[in-house]
Amino acid sequence: MSATATLPVVNLQPKDYASDAEVRWCPGCGDYSILAQLKKVLSTLGRDPDRTVFISGIGCSSRLPYYLATYGVHGIHGRAPAIASGLRLVRQDLEIWVITGDGDGLSIGGNHLLHAIRRNLNIKILMFNNRIYGLTKGQVSPTSEINKKTVSTPYGSVGAMISPCSFALGCEATFVARSVDMIPNHLQYVLERAARHEGVAFVEIYQNCNIFNDGAFQHATDREIRDDNLIELSHGKALIFGRNQDRGIRLGSGYRPEVVRFGENGVSIYDLLIHDERAPAPALAFLLSRLQHPEYPEPIGVFRDVQAPIYDRLINEQIDRLTAEKGPGDLQKLMYGPETWEVRAGEEPVFHG
Amino acid sequence: MTQVTDQKVIHKPIEDLRRAIVRFAGDSGDGMQLVGTQFTNATAVLGNDLATLPDFPAEIRAPAGTLAGVSGFQINFASDEIHTPGDTIQTLVAMNPAALKVNLPDLEQGGHLIINTDAFTAPNLKLAGYASNPLDDGGLAGFHVHPVPMTKLTLEAVKETGLKHKDAERCKNFFALGLAYWLYDRPLEPTLKWMDAKFGQRPELRKANELALRAGYNYGNTTEVFQVHYRVRPARQEPGIYRKVRGNDATALGLMAAAWKAGKQLFYASYPITPASDILHELARHKNFGVRVFQAEDEIAAICAAIGAAYGGAFAATGTSGPGMALKTEGLGLAVMLELPLVVINVQRGGPSTGLPTKTEQADLFQAVMGRNGECPVPVLAARSPSDCFDTAFEAFRIAVRYMTPVIMLSDGYLANGSEPWRVPRLEDLPAIEVRHDYPAEGFQPYMRNERLARPWAIPGTRGLAHRIGGLEKEDVTGKVSYDPENHQRMVDLRARKVAGIVEMIPDQEVLGDPEGELLVVSWGGTYGSVRTAVEQVRQLGESVSHAHLRHLHPMPANLGDVLRRFRRVLVPELNLGQLCTLLRARYLVDARPFGKVKGKPFNVAELVERIDRALKGVE
Ligand code: SF4
Repeated sequence: MSATATLPVVNLQPKDYASDAEVRWCPGCGDYSILAQLKKVLSTLGRDPDRTVFISGIGCSSRLPYYLATYGVHGIHGRAPAIASGLRLVRQDLEIWVITGDGDGLSIGGNHLLHAIRRNLNIKILMFNNRIYGLTKGQVSPTSEINKKTVSTPYGSVGAMISPCSFALGCEATFVARSVDMIPNHLQYVLERAARHEGVAFVEIYQNCNIFNDGAFQHATDREIRDDNLIELSHGKALIFGRNQDRGIRLGSGYRPEVVRFGENGVSIYDLLIHDERAPAPALAFLLSRLQHPEYPEPIGVFRDVQAPIYDRLINEQIDRLTAEKGPGDLQKLMYGPETWEVRAGEEPVFHG
Repeated sequence: MTQVTDQKVIHKPIEDLRRAIVRFAGDSGDGMQLVGTQFTNATAVLGNDLATLPDFPAEIRAPAGTLAGVSGFQINFASDEIHTPGDTIQTLVAMNPAALKVNLPDLEQGGHLIINTDAFTAPNLKLAGYASNPLDDGGLAGFHVHPVPMTKLTLEAVKETGLKHKDAERCKNFFALGLAYWLYDRPLEPTLKWMDAKFGQRPELRKANELALRAGYNYGNTTEVFQVHYRVRPARQEPGIYRKVRGNDATALGLMAAAWKAGKQLFYASYPITPASDILHELARHKNFGVRVFQAEDEIAAICAAIGAAYGGAFAATGTSGPGMALKTEGLGLAVMLELPLVVINVQRGGPSTGLPTKTEQADLFQAVMGRNGECPVPVLAARSPSDCFDTAFEAFRIAVRYMTPVIMLSDGYLANGSEPWRVPRLEDLPAIEVRHDYPAEGFQPYMRNERLARPWAIPGTRGLAHRIGGLEKEDVTGKVSYDPENHQRMVDLRARKVAGIVEMIPDQEVLGDPEGELLVVSWGGTYGSVRTAVEQVRQLGESVSHAHLRHLHPMPANLGDVLRRFRRVLVPELNLGQLCTLLRARYLVDARPFGKVKGKPFNVAELVERIDRALKGVE
């Protein structure tokens, strides 16, 4: 049975999920679209705002909880997964979402993200990746491309970038997906899949920061070219892409993915990699997460969706099992401990052992 | 108390002592903490008052035989009330030359020195830095030296079990324990019972250790090495049921009791750190009490998880020591802004940085009271003895929930590992802790306040109360994000007033001795026992000195200023360079004088007596 299937379902419109707080992102920011799709998904799934909690860290993305009519905590930089972990461990009757960004989640909060994922806590983590520090005005982030010129790297950045999906898969996340702020239908699809997943769900969302990093994902959002630059993952289907659906990915020698065109050098659809989001090992998903523009089309959709034991459920099961085995604890007895002695007025103490 | 009769054949003279102080010292692999704990248990069940001081090396496995590897366990036990493990020791059990070298300076003149002569080999003497054997070179003149070939005697005693040489030799700590039991007329039963439980699966080890224990006991009884042994009669204790308790265990129980009283789930998140980890270990055992324990990925995650759990309506706590406290600072600030109930325990150790992990200190008081960004008031209370950790942890939760605030509880390495008898309270006698989560949705605001200025503890899942909170400044009442200057001033004032208002829950400061006079000695935390003992000693000489011991460091009791001003001088002994002293001077404009010690050790009574004496004479 789904962890959230027991949650009451309500019938609300997307607008009913909006709080009365004024949305303060810059006009044109990709966050608006993400918020809109999220409200649609909450409405589609019939989520009860009183049973839903959004927890965030710091950054532009982390303002999101203020804009939803659910419960919410705007936490501290990078720590949202840790706050969510504590809440999840004491409350199984809520749906918990974590909102983070590339700096929040992969820089200052990298450790918490790693452990929330590897524990497989039943929480949904949305990482808005704009490849820049927005709120602090434009410094280089861990997902910025190398040699990026920013206020903190005026001569170009030298640190290698990290792929959020590769990170999550490296931590063996049981659900990993990617979508794009400007492809609403796809984003809704991915968010809905994440919400339905039991265990940790990690979603990277390409998000345009039109103030400090405008066009960082133009290859993925520009309708003219995006079909040539994105490859939509679909379970059990061959990895085909291109505006004419005439290209694909095949595994070359040395496990190196290759872009091939049908009909050239005798390539047919049977030569292509077949996507398997349910593969027990994350190897294929990881390989796909390494495909980067411009050398490769970038996959969007669900990289991985598998079932594994869920940390918070195991903790509760352990408590239930031990309580059944030992009986509910007698605190007074525990306070007395194994060895006591009793003092009665005017008598020698009596050892109770 | 039943005695093992075959050990009573020979009757050597027995002397009554009012109090005795014994220290077991050996290599960290010699099992000294184990025998110290056993001796304490046997002493506790005799009804003596007692206080213990374990002292272990920072390294888990320091090279055998070296000074760095010496581990000690001291116990002070008495037929009257005592509050400290004692300054100087009467009996030192030294298992090797390094243990002798490290501990001899603390042995009183004429004290008993029980030495395992088998360990006094040339290599061991060299490791300990002895040029010649102190057993032969007259270096131990002035002490009652009892040389005992413990290793040899132990091997002989356990021969019948057929244990391998190495395992057999390891039983020698029980030989030493048996000898100490005879010397101080302690019962063997508690230890034999413990062995049953401990070695249930290994009957040969059970047997060997018992044989070693009895051999040590009989050795004292039958050989000429000891002429006399001692008895310490039971202390007069208040009627009730007692146990021996260590500080960290008492803290764990106090947290559990608070949650139990409120009918709440206890959530404890922590990251391993000396000397706080035992709280985590203790609580992790009690799953069938519904205790949820979370070993977080780091200190920050631990406090943040606790904040998340508190937000969800659990009784949430996190424990650490100084370096971890530094990392939790940011989380504490968030908890202050969110106004959620939370208990943060700092089991202090020597600092700064990694400092002295296994040694005690009180140098985190400033950190607790003031160490955060912004105007960030957090109530602070400190435990004064191992058993008092129970009451302090319980009270910390009472305050946290009543005022919707994080609370810092200060313990220290000495309290954490030290033990004493504890009259176990009955749960029904503990004060009630009331919790409320339901509020009418109509007119609900997350930052509306009650008469104590506490905001509602409205938790997710409550119908119609969905709201957003966060670390950004809150608008008064509505809790919306606000950058308004007037509002910020109002909120800073409100948070400060709320915490200051806790004073109405705090009993007036008590004074031991006259309420006015020449000198008031003010202390806090784990130094209670030694300061009180020192003040009592000086008072018996007829001097005008009184003692005030603070539990509440922030806010402080309402009458404290008056108490301080009734004395001509104020002396503040602390295991730091004068932190409470500075706070008292700043708050009350009194000319309090510091007496600081930072050696990783508790105060000796003697050094306090000497300092009090100087203060009375007006000598700095
Ligand atoms: S700075 Fe960038 S990310 Fe932040 S709100 Fe503005 S556009 Fe969006």
